[in-house]
Amino acid sequence: MSRLYEVMFIIRPDVADEEVDKLIAGFTTSVTNGGGVVKTTEKMGRRKLAYLVRKFADGNYVLLTLEANGAVVAELERRLRVSEPVIKFITVRIDEEEKRLAKIKALRGTRRKLSAEQPAAPAAAPPAAAPATAPAEAAEAVQASA
Amino acid sequence: MAEETTGRAPEAGAGAPAQGPGQGSGQGPVQGSGSGGPGGGERRPGGKPGGPGGRGKFFRRKKVCKFCTEKIDAIPYRDVRLLQQFVAERGKIVPRRLTGVCTTHQRRLTRAIKQARNIALLPFATHH
Repeated sequence: MSRLYEVMFIIRPDVADEEVDKLIAGFTTSVTNGGGVVKTTEKMGRRKLAYLVRKFADGNYVLLTLEANGAVVAELERRLRVSEPVIKFITVRIDEEEKRLAKIKALRGTRRKLSAEQPAAPAAAPPAAAPATAPAEAAEAVQASA
Repeated sequence: MAEETTGRAPEAGAGAPAQGPGQGSGQGPVQGSGSGGPGGGERRPGGKPGGPGGRGKFFRRKKVCKFCTEKIDAIPYRDVRLLQQFVAERGKIVPRRLTGVCTTHQRRLTRAIKQARNIALLPFATHH
């Protein structure tokens, strides 16, 4: 049962860049060894922390999106907990959220089709773009029909 | 928060004198000048100016939920700028009667803020 997870962790600021890459590579291999798929890896860079964590005021944020089952994620969390340069981490399960968002997008796509008779499906656009495209398309449709 | 003040200030000027005293409970000191109290104070006036204005009558103006109007579906914990609009100076989450957010979105927002706090994107409490 593969689920989508999002793992964000903070690496202490005084490790070198290649160390950071090595760490991330280590975590991703542990995921793939367990049978999971790492969808995206994003290094969000150095950010100021909102409060002191282990006496550090800033840290390197890394975001991983993975598709795996629970055991793999538990293993990854164990590694994160044990690993010394990682000072904080959070795992969020996002597959239900993605399902809900996809449903809304699909619903919006069909609704727009019925009302505006647009041939192209706008459902493919990400939710951030949907509010921007919706008024534009509505305006276009009004102009075309009028 | 500064951005909200500039948008709402003209409304605040128009609405506040008409509503005057006794608008709901516990919001007296927050009204008027549009320089905010803790988070969202500047949003208070406006909407129904010269409405009932009766004391003891909990007539809330129909505040709109920002997420519903802009059709923002997901409130990710990573989006710190969005979350900061709903967090007061001391780091506390602003109640929805001040921000006008609807219940579903307030719950999601709270969840996101708490997640962000856990990953040090937002503070738990700020000392001054």
